[in-house]
Amino acid sequence: MSVASQDTAIRTGRVTRTLIYVVLILFALFYMLPLYVMVVNSVKPLSEITGGGMMNLPREFTLEPWFKAWSSAQIGVEPTGLSPYFWNSIKMVVPAVAISTVLGALNGYVLTKWRFKYDTIIFGLMLFACFIPFQIVLIPMARMLGLMGLAGTTWGLALVHVVYGIGFTTLYFRNYYAVFPTELIRAAQIDGAGFFQIFWRILLPSSGPIAVVSIIWQFTNIWNDFLFGASFAGADSQPMTVALNNLVQASHGVKEYNVHFAGAILAAMPTLLVYIVAGRYFVRGLMAGSVKG
Amino acid sequence: MRVLLKTKAAVVAVLMASTTMGAAEDVEVLHWWTSGGEAAALNVLKQDLEGQGIGWTDMPVAGGGGEQAMTVLRARVTAGNAPTAVQGLGFDILDWGNQGSLANLNDVAAKEGWDDVVPDALKSFAKVDGKWVSAPVNVHSTNWVWANKAVLDANGIAVPTSWEEFTAALETLKAAGVTPIAHGGQAWQDATVFDAVAMSVLGPDGYKAAFIDLDEETLGSDGMKEAFDRMAVIRANVDDNFSGRDWNLATAMVINGEAGFQMMGDWAKGEFLNADKVPGEDFLCFRFPGTADQVTFNADQFMMFDQGGAVSAEQAALASAILSPSFQSAFNVVKGSVPARTDVSDADFDACGKQGMKDLAAAAASGNLFGSMAHGHAAPASVKNAIYDVVTAHFNGEYDSETAVEELVDAVSIAK
Amino acid sequence: MAHTADADFKTRLQNWIPKLVLSPSIAMMLVFVYGFILFSVYLSFTDSRLLPSYGWVGLENYSKLWRLSHWEVSLKNMGIFAGLYIVICTSIGLGLAIFLDQKIRGEGLLRPIYLYPMALSFIVTGTAWKWFLDPGIGLENVMHTWGWESFEFNWIKDRNFAIYTVVLAAVWQTSGFVMAMFLAGLRGIDNEILKAAQMDGASNWNLYRRIIIPQLRPAFLSAFVILSHLAIKTFDLVIALTGGGPGRATELPATFMYSYTFTRNQMGIGAASATIMLMTIAAIMIPYLYSELREKR
Repeated sequence: MSVASQDTAIRTGRVTRTLIYVVLILFALFYMLPLYVMVVNSVKPLSEITGGGMMNLPREFTLEPWFKAWSSAQIGVEPTGLSPYFWNSIKMVVPAVAISTVLGALNGYVLTKWRFKYDTIIFGLMLFACFIPFQIVLIPMARMLGLMGLAGTTWGLALVHVVYGIGFTTLYFRNYYAVFPTELIRAAQIDGAGFFQIFWRILLPSSGPIAVVSIIWQFTNIWNDFLFGASFAGADSQPMTVALNNLVQASHGVKEYNVHFAGAILAAMPTLLVYIVAGRYFVRGLMAGSVKG
Repeated sequence: MRVLLKTKAAVVAVLMASTTMGAAEDVEVLHWWTSGGEAAALNVLKQDLEGQGIGWTDMPVAGGGGEQAMTVLRARVTAGNAPTAVQGLGFDILDWGNQGSLANLNDVAAKEGWDDVVPDALKSFAKVDGKWVSAPVNVHSTNWVWANKAVLDANGIAVPTSWEEFTAALETLKAAGVTPIAHGGQAWQDATVFDAVAMSVLGPDGYKAAFIDLDEETLGSDGMKEAFDRMAVIRANVDDNFSGRDWNLATAMVINGEAGFQMMGDWAKGEFLNADKVPGEDFLCFRFPGTADQVTFNADQFMMFDQGGAVSAEQAALASAILSPSFQSAFNVVKGSVPARTDVSDADFDACGKQGMKDLAAAAASGNLFGSMAHGHAAPASVKNAIYDVVTAHFNGEYDSETAVEELVDAVSIAK
Repeated sequence: MAHTADADFKTRLQNWIPKLVLSPSIAMMLVFVYGFILFSVYLSFTDSRLLPSYGWVGLENYSKLWRLSHWEVSLKNMGIFAGLYIVICTSIGLGLAIFLDQKIRGEGLLRPIYLYPMALSFIVTGTAWKWFLDPGIGLENVMHTWGWESFEFNWIKDRNFAIYTVVLAAVWQTSGFVMAMFLAGLRGIDNEILKAAQMDGASNWNLYRRIIIPQLRPAFLSAFVILSHLAIKTFDLVIALTGGGPGRATELPATFMYSYTFTRNQMGIGAASATIMLMTIAAIMIPYLYSELREKR
């Protein structure tokens, strides 16, 4: 993985470099724009927003909308804010991401290092499964969860996310392990190491970057999911996105845009944090994982 | 025999109440009332039940005027895990009733005399095969026009009572540089306007034939073409920026005097009241010109889902709390709608509310109370949305009136 | 004797463990994906409306589906949307990756800025985009207050252009992610070849055209899979940004499917549209997967 930090051998002149910087900065501005709108308007009093000028900096700075979105905004009958739902999301996301990543790693390991007849077809089927439209699984999934006694529970919801996530995690790990030298594994086998020992001692220690990719991908998708969360969660396990939706979509009364934006940023905080903290490893992991093979 | 049955039911209810008291059996309520005022109104119900020792498990899912909640409901019922009570509208209730998923509330209804106080037009959405399956909360009427009085006065406009007077008023406002009509370009809002326009052109019989009986001849009639022509006139009096606007932002345009009129259901009143406007002084409410005697309505109800054969004590308590006159009054004063039962005192209601109650009673008595097509109280969801498609395409200039009439007939026949 | 039997058992166990490990995933996939697909295909031949029901109606749902102008609009939109989205995302992603690969100072800062939109759901960013695109309060208004009176940007309100605003927001969300994939590919290219070519006097343009971009083929293919998957599933974005409007001008197959299955109570037609979507995806993906997986043998 040492190649990850390698710089290109291409050399560029001064004018070109300046142009490149200009383009890069312009794009950075484009990407920042919606976030700017959200942040700026989340620290204004409502009267300033409805008065127009959504790009303006706040004349009067206030953190009130943030506190309100977190702890006292109207989500249902009680004005609870988003905080209780935040923990529901955490309780569902952590096991779902962990299980789907572990399964993906094991699947990738089997599909590359313990090949058997038809393994490629199985992998192809798993990959194609990624494309299933979520709209068609809703009703049969509800029936299955009901039969398994998992309807309306955090575990049921986590199961759904694991099921529709393993295609992606398997893809990532399979492509990553495909370039891992098979000789090392054969040597370990000759030394008498078993299936799990090899995985644990040889593959896992070098799986860091691809694990990061898998975790980022799964975390983002599961955290941001609305449809499954709304349909399969119970009253005490509704995730953050459902609460945010209730806050933003309320159809009557004054729309407190500043609170909506503050709530939106709060809801996105964990994923943003994951991207910023793990972002450095992300490119490295992708490089070895999904684009090579 | 009936008395015997009733006492038996009462005994069962008492037994169940006593056995479940310790376990504090809860009601789980799926609804989409998450804005401040609505939630506060619902909280009245919650506290009422808690006073009887019944817990309230809240399951709010907002979005799309209940569409999101209906999707969730389908998942819950399929999983065999239906909530105790679910907010529902019109044909959704009948559909679930016909699936056999709803509880039979006849015992409660008989005890409290619902049959005598709920108007027939509403009963047809609360009863399936002679069985009460849901508890109506309110009646909204949808053929209202809201107007800014100061804007009207400044331009010398009196309340229009005919289409001609109305178009004249629109011309005057346009000339004065005011947006004549505040409107939000969303399919359901286009259809809400279309409801009133069609009623004014076709009259009550034509409305019923077209949208309730889905008669192809009426749907394809010249009258229908005239209705679409009038929609085009309304479109010409809307600002350029209408597309996708939420209804309450359109209401705000009337409140701020940027626009003269808005065609919207009675829930718009809440926006005026929130802005400290006084009915009759700052704003006016009147029926869409040409529909003064008619009321098109939609009603929020709570469907009671079957919880294994019998109506549970909590469910019965919830249903009776919803129909209690005190809740009906308290809730509807806040919501802008009128009570679902006609024997509630209008003392706490404002001028528009009082008029709404009077209109409802009069329309119910004279057979002029009709379910609103736009709000799923005239035809099933499939037909409603098929009509939406045509109305919104015409309103956005995709079809001319003639094509729209043809498409309407076709779309309804596919969806039926 | 016992010894060999024991060893024999161990080897056999070792042979079975990999398949045992894989089996839960396979079982889940067969039931929850392929089982459900078959179920949905079956529903498309039934009279299902509110909930699944099993009255056989043959091809009626399909014939109804093709009579709906609404369905044609959503297919046409899918063509425009997916085509533009995939091409623009790939070009921006590749361009930014090449630029960012030029030993740029501040790469560590720029990269997360390009990537972060992927972390946000459209329930969150939809409102911000809606505001920005709205002529009354957004970009057009801002330009007017800054003195550029003739500036016009009202695509979101125009039924002929609204679909392009959906493309714009979607590109914003994923082009950074595509950039990361290409950047990773670029970092893996062998510098020795480049240096040799530079000795021969090749220009930078030729280096990229002849040597570097052809080597990024796997990255292109991965980007294509991820982007087409996202394009087909685009749903939240349309709901949050335009609600399918103006009129029905920005309806996509995903929103069509949802509305027929769940809000219009015509589950049969919804299932028929899902079946057609799946067949289209299969027609595109199976040849791709076949060539991709066969090569790797």
